[in-house]
Amino acid sequence: MKRAGLALLALAGALFGAATANQPARVNDAAIMEDGYPAKLSDYGFFLDLKTRTPARRVVGYDLETPLFSDYATKQRFIYVPEGGQAIYDPKGAFDFPVGSALIKTFGYGAGAAFRPLETRLLLRRASGWVAIPYVWNAEGTDAVAKRAGTRLPVSFTDPSGTARQISYAVPNQNQCKDCHALAGQIAPIGAKARYLNHRGQLATLVKAGLLDRAPANAPRVARWDDASAPLDARARAYLDINCAHCHNPQGAASNSGLFLEFDRTNPVALGIGKRPVAAGRGSGGRDFAIAPGDAEASILIYRLRSTDPGIAMPELGRATAHEEGIALLSKWIDSLPAR
Amino acid sequence: MIRTAVAAAALFALVPLAQAETLTVSAGPDAQERLQEALLDAQPGDTVAIGPGRFDLTDGLSLDVDRVTVRGAGPDQTILSFKGQLGAGEGLLVTSDDVVLRGFAVEDSRGDGIKSKGANRIVYKDIRVEWTGGPKGTNGAYGVYPVSSSAILIDGVTVKGASDAGIYVGQSERIIVRNSTVSQNVAGIEIENSNQADVYGNTATANTGGILVFDLPNLPRMNGGGVRVYGNKVFANDTPNFAPKGNIVATVPRGTGILVMANDGVHVFDNDLSEHATANVIIMSYRQGYEDANYNPYPRRVVISGNRHGRAGFAPGVEGGDFLTAAFGGNAPPVWWDGTGAVDALGLHVTDAVPVLSLGLALAAPTSSAKPAKVELNAPAAPRPAAVVLPPAMEAAAR
Repeated sequence: MKRAGLALLALAGALFGAATANQPARVNDAAIMEDGYPAKLSDYGFFLDLKTRTPARRVVGYDLETPLFSDYATKQRFIYVPEGGQAIYDPKGAFDFPVGSALIKTFGYGAGAAFRPLETRLLLRRASGWVAIPYVWNAEGTDAVAKRAGTRLPVSFTDPSGTARQISYAVPNQNQCKDCHALAGQIAPIGAKARYLNHRGQLATLVKAGLLDRAPANAPRVARWDDASAPLDARARAYLDINCAHCHNPQGAASNSGLFLEFDRTNPVALGIGKRPVAAGRGSGGRDFAIAPGDAEASILIYRLRSTDPGIAMPELGRATAHEEGIALLSKWIDSLPAR
Repeated sequence: MIRTAVAAAALFALVPLAQAETLTVSAGPDAQERLQEALLDAQPGDTVAIGPGRFDLTDGLSLDVDRVTVRGAGPDQTILSFKGQLGAGEGLLVTSDDVVLRGFAVEDSRGDGIKSKGANRIVYKDIRVEWTGGPKGTNGAYGVYPVSSSAILIDGVTVKGASDAGIYVGQSERIIVRNSTVSQNVAGIEIENSNQADVYGNTATANTGGILVFDLPNLPRMNGGGVRVYGNKVFANDTPNFAPKGNIVATVPRGTGILVMANDGVHVFDNDLSEHATANVIIMSYRQGYEDANYNPYPRRVVISGNRHGRAGFAPGVEGGDFLTAAFGGNAPPVWWDGTGAVDALGLHVTDAVPVLSLGLALAAPTSSAKPAKVELNAPAAPRPAAVVLPPAMEAAAR
């Protein structure tokens, strides 16, 4: 099942790439850059055909080696960089995108032709910085409308283990976009970093398409979280980095927790090892430490990942289901840590 | 400092007042979307007026626009109910500066009630946060929760049922908590890892512990202090501790009035303290293990003076409590110190007309190793911290 999912993802990636070549249609740059928010996703012209989400010129599909988990949703991601501009490569942080760029992420369920879009989240690079706005698709899948206040959608799907699930899927409000995307008070991309894009030649593809200035041979690369052949530590740290560290870093929304989960963090206590909770409330689940090395079951981190209760669950947003496979990975990792 | 405040006020005055708008939201269907939209549409200077009635909400609300007032029809009139909350870690989240929250209630949020983070110069006035089912471990952690901010005014706030602290101010500076009522929380009011705080004119009763001043390790901001706790009514904090284990407040014994832990320059004076099964005042070190070279686990320069003590120590909620009451003829002394460190070096000073108990504990030693004895905390009194003065605009907003 997992293998099939990956193959489909790869296929989708190839299709997006191919469709981009030499398309004449232009993206509506004014819609990205001007104040306010166009009412419809179609107003931006990111796609030649919204029904098939065939990208327009300079709109390039991509995926992440280890993606952020969002209720098992399938995500179609695109980068747009306006004519004459280039994102500047950065070995560590998000690429520096020129004004007029957009990151386009469509969430939905189902794969390939059966993909049903629910919402598209836009990050738009304006002169004043990034802004975020969600668009919710109509039932026909022909267009999406701006929904600044967010909404909830009843969703049914089958997860990778074959379990049928029914959830109240949350489209975030604009401020909630910021909760995850804020870095030192400014909105910033999360996934558009070298270490997540550096696989299957994606960096080179972006350079070739004129969207990125360079793709160094020594670009960093995270482990794929579900690649059993990769080291356990690297997989776990990649998972924590993409799923948690956008908040859990000294400049993020969870800065006051003192729990910092970036991939290059080395201080064990900051990583949660032997760290007591501060403002966890009932999120502690009766456990003493964020990570009790050698004992996943005694670790608050696992307890909070497993919960879907809003007062307990981590991350706080975008999750009405527990990511069983991710929890299994992190549990295995915590169990492998030497007890102190 | 005053000069800066005046300059800022003058700057605000340049913004034409005519442009300030009131966005009114009434109770009724689609409250979630209409209310959140108003909070997104508000411009600096605007007021979001929430009408009377009950607003049934399914998700956390959030405000990220500077200089917005969110005003309800009163803490018993405008009720934001999060009983059906499906997402977000709190009822209302504020992340912008110069915000005034006034005259509404948040009920039954799944996590915290109202959180403000990095929200400088925030005013909480006549706000009620309540978990309506009474004290329960399944209630949210904090009622009112400003954190990582400078200049905080909490005035006339009521919090009931928080499974951690009713009013919790963390990692902040220049704080006033006054005229507020906290009951049926684990901790009534807690000032943590913060500096320059005045806590006065509050009523704390029927919590597990009334007012706590803490400093904890492994946090971005530590070494809190400069706290004055005065003129409060703290009595009968007798609710059994219902905090989930792991949280620091889960260690607070039932029947604690005021607890000062690992903080510097805390003055507790002119309070009415009574009916505390454990103690009216406890001064202690941080007693758990930690790895943090920058953290000081000792209470320093703590002054307890001029408080009025009623009954205390009649059923201490600690190991060996029976022994203590027996040893002291029915009631343990109303003021406790854990006995960690040297009185003079720490600058501990108690002049209340009641006996003081030392537990005689070494740092981080188990309470089973206690050697209780009466003690004089007679180091010279450290100078009292200056009163916290907030910008006039904040005081004006709270009138």
